[in-house]
Amino acid sequence: MSNPVAADHAGDDTAVDTDTHVGSEPVLRVENLRKEFGGITAVDGASFAVADESLTGLIGPNGAGKSTTFNCITGVHEPTAGAVYFNGENIAGRAPNVIADRGLVRTFQIARELAEMTVLENLMLAPKRQQGESLMRSVLPSFRDGVIKQETELREAVWESLEFFEIDHLAEEQAGTLSGGQRKLLEMARALMTDPDMLLLDEPFAGVNPTLETKLLDRINQLRADEGITFLLVEHDMDIIMEHCDPVIVMHQGQVLAEGPPDVIRNDERVVDAYFGDEQ
Amino acid sequence: MNTDRFHSDRLDSFRELLERSDAALVLTAMAAFYLLFLGIGAVLNYNLAGIISILGQVTFFTAVYALVVLALNLHWGYAGLFNIGIAGFMAVGVYTMAMLTAPPTGSPPGLGLPISVGIVGGMVAAALIGLVTALPALRLRADYLAIVTVAISEIIRLTYNSPAFSTFTLPGGIALGTGGANGIGNFPSNPVRAIYYVDPESAASGTTPIGTAVFGFFENTLGVFRSAVIVDLTYGLVLAVVVLLVYVLLARVGNSPFGRVLKAIREDEIVAKSLGKDTDRFKIKTFMLGCALMGLAGVLWQGFGTGAVYPQAFRPELTFYIFIAVIIGGAGSNTGSVLGGAVFANLLFLLPQYLPNIIEQTFAIQANPNTFIAAVGPIAAGEITPLLGYVLNQRLPALRFVFVGILLVYLMQNRPEGLLGHRTETAAAVDLSDGHTPRAGSQSDPTPPAASDPGGVEDE
Amino acid sequence: MVPYARGRRLLRDQPGLVVVAAAALLLVGDLFAKLLGGGLTPARFGGFIWDGLVIGLLIGLAGIGLSLTYSILGFANFAHGDYISWGAFSGWAVAYLLAGIDRYAAGGLLLIGAGDGPAPGDVGVSITNTPLSIVAGLVVAVAFTVGVSLAVDRLVYRPIRNADGITLLIASIGVAFALRYLIVFFFYSGRQGVTDISRVPSYDIGGVVINAHELTIVVVGLALMVGVHFLLQRTKLGKAMRAMADNRDLAQVTGIPVEGVIRTTWILGGGLAGAAGYLVVLTQGTIAYDLGWLLLLLIFAAVIMGGIGSVYGAIVGGLVIGLASRLSLIWLTGDLSSFAEPVAFGLMIFVLLFRPEGIFGGVSTA
Repeated sequence: MSNPVAADHAGDDTAVDTDTHVGSEPVLRVENLRKEFGGITAVDGASFAVADESLTGLIGPNGAGKSTTFNCITGVHEPTAGAVYFNGENIAGRAPNVIADRGLVRTFQIARELAEMTVLENLMLAPKRQQGESLMRSVLPSFRDGVIKQETELREAVWESLEFFEIDHLAEEQAGTLSGGQRKLLEMARALMTDPDMLLLDEPFAGVNPTLETKLLDRINQLRADEGITFLLVEHDMDIIMEHCDPVIVMHQGQVLAEGPPDVIRNDERVVDAYFGDEQ
Repeated sequence: MNTDRFHSDRLDSFRELLERSDAALVLTAMAAFYLLFLGIGAVLNYNLAGIISILGQVTFFTAVYALVVLALNLHWGYAGLFNIGIAGFMAVGVYTMAMLTAPPTGSPPGLGLPISVGIVGGMVAAALIGLVTALPALRLRADYLAIVTVAISEIIRLTYNSPAFSTFTLPGGIALGTGGANGIGNFPSNPVRAIYYVDPESAASGTTPIGTAVFGFFENTLGVFRSAVIVDLTYGLVLAVVVLLVYVLLARVGNSPFGRVLKAIREDEIVAKSLGKDTDRFKIKTFMLGCALMGLAGVLWQGFGTGAVYPQAFRPELTFYIFIAVIIGGAGSNTGSVLGGAVFANLLFLLPQYLPNIIEQTFAIQANPNTFIAAVGPIAAGEITPLLGYVLNQRLPALRFVFVGILLVYLMQNRPEGLLGHRTETAAAVDLSDGHTPRAGSQSDPTPPAASDPGGVEDE
Repeated sequence: MVPYARGRRLLRDQPGLVVVAAAALLLVGDLFAKLLGGGLTPARFGGFIWDGLVIGLLIGLAGIGLSLTYSILGFANFAHGDYISWGAFSGWAVAYLLAGIDRYAAGGLLLIGAGDGPAPGDVGVSITNTPLSIVAGLVVAVAFTVGVSLAVDRLVYRPIRNADGITLLIASIGVAFALRYLIVFFFYSGRQGVTDISRVPSYDIGGVVINAHELTIVVVGLALMVGVHFLLQRTKLGKAMRAMADNRDLAQVTGIPVEGVIRTTWILGGGLAGAAGYLVVLTQGTIAYDLGWLLLLLIFAAVIMGGIGSVYGAIVGGLVIGLASRLSLIWLTGDLSSFAEPVAFGLMIFVLLFRPEGIFGGVSTA
């Protein structure tokens, strides 16, 4: 799906230049990330890299520090120490909206749909740097025409997205009336409308039926190939991770335990210990 | 039989019109209110001048309430900013205007600038105070913001009330003054008067050609000799136009990507931020715009309208009236704001002022005891007229507020969305469903039938 | 090592604290200068401190209820001021009645001088002249206000018990309006003198003039606070309240009687508000329908400073606000004295911006 806003900004020099290709500089590099809450150290010196255009998986037992790491990367928490390089720029400690604007966008584990707005509005909200987000432009007569034009283009892109995710029949419904699975789809569709460089997906497949799950994964791979979007996926369903992600990063007790292709990880003793260790 | 069906068809199509067209809704409501007060004027045996005066009041109060309610709706209905310092921002608008336009020799002195500069200056000042309020207060949750805005409103009022600033001199020798507790008595006269009088400040200066024609018509053809009521009605109509313009402005703000982000901020600011929106900037701009409108409302209402520029006119009670009007109309809907303002102004503000006279006219109640005990004592002897007299003559304003309070509680318990809040007004500059019909039902629901929400504790 | 590294970090991380400390140092320094230089006599200084303590105690008492409501019921109760006003009117109606019943008709007395009722000087109410009526009035004030808060909870808040804080806040604004103007309906809208100043003995302690009414307030206020302390620390109910303030859902699950705790909160909060209102009139000597409303913002300031949910926080916050509003008069002289209240508000805004959890923040009830 082409995004008219992104097309407008294609030539812009946003932040740091993106689009270095696979094999070179990783899109995301976390270095010695550390986060303490009072006396508890949730993340204790985690380091890993996410390759450009990859579908990387992040797994780990409960309490491993995955969510906190996610939150540190996306600006929800300010790291106690360490750095987070996105496209070469250290974004650690920056505000969430700045990071999202740079092209690093996340979805939420428990879908945060804007309940009292319609599905259409939820998606129309997402594209970045809309002309009409300026107070002046949305009000003054000559500028408003431009806003209307862009709104019309965005609308088409939104409907395309709705049709792909098979929730177009809910377009005019208030998002709060959607079922749990539908909300997750909305969440992902909305995140994709921002035309991100990299998408952090927090358990996106919970509650989604297998057919659509396959379709989504196909879509993710298509987006990687066509648009060059990188995906970092946190999931509890190990099958999905092992089947589709490469590489896989394993966290345990706030640190990165192992990082590599799924087969290697599957057989890594330390990983097995971490998951099943208590049962020995 | 036929006529019955004819009537019910017309009724149905009328009801449909009301649901479709906001303009029809507002006009119908206003027509109803005009009729109501026409009737009141008739019952009270007002002459034509008196009736014009009442209708002028209806227009004036509906317009000024609608104006402030629209501004508050921008803050709270759209952006979720719980601002209960409205009275303070209105005060800044009208006081700044007064200080800018008062003659340097006046009491208190001012800068002697033209009225148009004064109005713009008042709005800018209100917006700047809004900025000062918003900058630090952005991160506060709604109820803390409420407390802070009330505190700031009171600080503003106490500053204007303070004898320290009754008159003061700026560096450079410029003298200004707030008039302290007495306020500013020499507020410029209503510019609308310039239509009818050569010199708006003084009626004795003679009438303009329009004035002569209009006054002449009213005097000779209609027998109305009080030109003041004509001027007031004209002002009311001018205000109605202002309300229309502000409505269009705010409708544009709301029906646009900007408005969309505001709604998102109100709903869930974290989501807005996670999509890259700089929510602080949106909140600040919105706050400043709303405060500027509140400043304008102060100028048009207390300033040109009632000429009441003194601190007591800007106590928090004023803010709460506006709040109640917003809640009645439904937060988030611009049309609801206008309706809420109209309902409050007419039914809860004006009507109670005429009620005592109407009842006394109809039932001829003379009793007027001045304490509650004196009013209820005679009940033992079977007389309830003293109590009625007490209620109508002494305590109706107070009972009105009791009623308003109970109404507020009722609304919160039963209909917190107000009259029109249930409407889903989508925030977009174009019709989002235009050219698209969603497939009726999907072939397969994306969710497995037995699946429940992912729920679960967010794991580490 | 960067010189003054810790200092720089403190400045960056806690700018509010640094500003407060600097300002406090400046003011204390100037205070000493004034005291030593004669600009401020010790007697006058003592007077400010005493005034500040008296009013601070009352604000703190009233604040306890507000703080508890906020943390246990989850909303800012904008009607709290009007509970205070009703406490004042109900208590003083009875006090007036008992004091003057031997000489005047009950009607005029009960309405505290409404209409052509007797004047304060004639009724002669004061702690030394009519002690029993004053005590009776206090008891009635507490009881009546407790009744009002329970009734309001039953009618207004219980039906929307699980609504969000803003909905409840707005409902409380409705309650505030209704209660406030009911006072006007039954009594009057003006300000009325109540106590007979000429019969209130005053004592001179080192130049500071203290009158018997203020002394009464301090004694009663402290007694009430000690009582509250015992209730919260030593009784099961107190423990339950502290648990609920922490986490309502968890408390419910562990079998704590939620409605019972809520009832106790209103009883405690309402009773203290009633007492505070009654005592405020005792010190001010006049009564008006909006006396509670006028205090409400200061009470909010005290509660926020002390930390919502903390009873001791409310007391300390009250004392701070009371003292700040009086001591600021040392510097705000002449026309500027009208800014004493804005100073208190400014203090609250400052706290909200830099330490929204307040002084005792993070600590829930008691």
